[in-house]
Amino acid sequence: MTIQQEGTRPMTTLFTNARLIDPERGTDTIGALLVEGGEIKDILPHAPDDPEMFRARNILDCEGKCLAPGIVDIGVKVSEPGERHKESFGTAGFAAAAGGVTTMVTRPDTTPAIDSPEVLEFVARRANADSPVRVLPMAALTKGREGREMVEIGFLRDAGAVAFTDCDAVVTNTKVFARCLTYARSLGALVIAHPQDPGLSDGACVTSGKFASLKGLPAVSPMAERMALDRDLALVEMTGAKYHADQITSARALPRLERAKANGLDVTAGVSIHHLTLNETDVGDYRTFFKVKPPLRSEDDRMAVVEAVASGLIDVISSMHTPQDEESKRLPFEEAASGAVALETLLPAAMRLFHAGHLDLPTLWRALSLNPAKRLGLAQGRLAAGAPADLVLFDPDAPFVLDRFKLRSKSKNTPFDGARMEGKVLSTWVGGERVFGA
Amino acid sequence: MDFRHRHLLGIEPLAPAEITTILDLAERYVELNRGPRKHADALAGLTQINMFFENSTRTQASFELAGQRLGADVMNMQMQASSIKKGETLIDTAMTLNAMHPDLLVVRHPHSGAVDLLAQKVNCAVLNAGDGRHEHPTQALLDALTIRRAKGRLHRLNIAICGDIAHSRVARSNILLLGKMESRIRLIGPPTLMPAGVADWGVEVYDNMREGLAGADVVMMLRLQKERMDGAFIPSEREYYHRYGLDAEKLGHAKDDAIVMHPGPMNRGVEIDGTLADDINRSVIQEQVEMGVAVRMAAMDLLARNLRSVPQEVTA
Repeated sequence: MTIQQEGTRPMTTLFTNARLIDPERGTDTIGALLVEGGEIKDILPHAPDDPEMFRARNILDCEGKCLAPGIVDIGVKVSEPGERHKESFGTAGFAAAAGGVTTMVTRPDTTPAIDSPEVLEFVARRANADSPVRVLPMAALTKGREGREMVEIGFLRDAGAVAFTDCDAVVTNTKVFARCLTYARSLGALVIAHPQDPGLSDGACVTSGKFASLKGLPAVSPMAERMALDRDLALVEMTGAKYHADQITSARALPRLERAKANGLDVTAGVSIHHLTLNETDVGDYRTFFKVKPPLRSEDDRMAVVEAVASGLIDVISSMHTPQDEESKRLPFEEAASGAVALETLLPAAMRLFHAGHLDLPTLWRALSLNPAKRLGLAQGRLAAGAPADLVLFDPDAPFVLDRFKLRSKSKNTPFDGARMEGKVLSTWVGGERVFGA
Repeated sequence: MDFRHRHLLGIEPLAPAEITTILDLAERYVELNRGPRKHADALAGLTQINMFFENSTRTQASFELAGQRLGADVMNMQMQASSIKKGETLIDTAMTLNAMHPDLLVVRHPHSGAVDLLAQKVNCAVLNAGDGRHEHPTQALLDALTIRRAKGRLHRLNIAICGDIAHSRVARSNILLLGKMESRIRLIGPPTLMPAGVADWGVEVYDNMREGLAGADVVMMLRLQKERMDGAFIPSEREYYHRYGLDAEKLGHAKDDAIVMHPGPMNRGVEIDGTLADDINRSVIQEQVEMGVAVRMAAMDLLARNLRSVPQEVTA
């Protein structure tokens, strides 16, 4: 469907008979939604009676399917620059569109790292040229992600960096990290960290426990996450910085997070969809597509984290989309690269939590769309007048069996290959324009 | 009972009756090996490649001799010195070897799971000669044969395994095998050398060696790697010997007829007293080496029988 412009009137589309998922009000109701000029104009309980209102408008009957704000995905790795054979802005963008992700917040752990305004400009230019969905780049926190010198946080912010993170490279020097946080605070910049004690987790590729020991794989206790979170929270308390933990995946870290929030620290936390839907035993016989960072946890940890998303303690669910080619995965488990692609599987995997009765759709969308948008100061994530018309239409019940070779990502490293899933994206709109679906 | 496996990758997939099948056949090869003509033709015409990505003298020699006595053409490849250094991946190496049409591939690799990965990519029988800290099935089988010959059975024995459990594939395979055969297993060692989650393995765990040895029928010592003696896992070699080295006094806590085992190579004066290791009344360490050849002959014989009857599949 193409949206025609009638005369001088702005482009308008009326979505009727939609199951509107509104994470802000926490509602899941049938209604209609009017889009005009790339923005949501109005929400109506039903299609307007006045036939005049329909004139010169596109009308889209949603047939009772779910219409929700597009997903804002913090932490997508698009392997440009450096590893374009694994993923490009084009392939990642189309994968995102097909997965209902309307904003990709991209990671700077590329080669070279995105640590200067010049590299950031390259990324922004490539993204604008090739991606059908919005791309907001993050920048490294320290030069080369080496944990020694801070990047030009001010220039990078002016150039469009929405957050600063060294990704999985933990800034081990607390003095350096404290200064980065202090400097970032003066600019109101968000710092995202990967809480994982580097000493304890050195060389580990699975979570310690019975499974890891039987498989003979080097393992790390989930305590490494709490230790690093404790350190980070102390530094946040000291500096007053805006802090987001990229992935909180273990039960033991949750009380610390709760206390920090209760004490009024400007702290939020995320979790990857894989840690919400898979556990350590899924690795099975050394299946390297299940090797992620941090490693998959026990079932008890998984359930604790799911509950933390339900209660709102964990704010954000993200894909942690990490493309890896076949060569870097077809290796013995210890040597294989970490990470999984997930832009296209994020929504269907999240539907597992819905169908299991753990999370309702507005709560899911609070974590997938509203909270990440709010954390980055974006207007997205809402079904309200004036919000950008970044929307996803999906059928939460449509079943399918995932075939990894049909993924749009260049890399096919998904842990869900051959998995039965429920939940299909039907269409995706960015700024009122359809970027996916017929 | 039949032995219906294409590979021998670990003890984990084996049923107790299959373990017994291997051991029974191995008994026959013990007799053959002790006789004047040490030759059989079970592997005649077959090619066996020993591919060791990690240093090994005795295991490799044992597999080589086992193959030769059964009439196979045996080739040894020292992989740590070859193409791995040139950047070739394990899969590429496997495909290269595959093109040489081996029938039996004996593999040792420093990473857990690497032998499983390789087995998926070749169309011959693969024997795991040790992968990382995962499994070392022929070692557990030879230990079982040694125990069975000394004790007459494998069930209802008290078996103490002492030392560096955390890094030991020998311990893992032995725990699996002896557990399947319904013996009681105690693990003895400092907590820094115990795997996480060991309490869930259905074993008893002791950090006091004398308590752990009380009433044991079998005392199985493990080798302590040199690189783990320098303060990272234990304070010093001498403190380790004092607390966990097996000597006559500590062995006195086990049953009077308890046997002493060690997979070799031994560190005399670190995990075991030299005199005790040589005591022919207690130590079965030499017999373990002998059983090793027989068990490997049996395992390769059984896999070769399946090779001849089972259609081949290839995955690439």
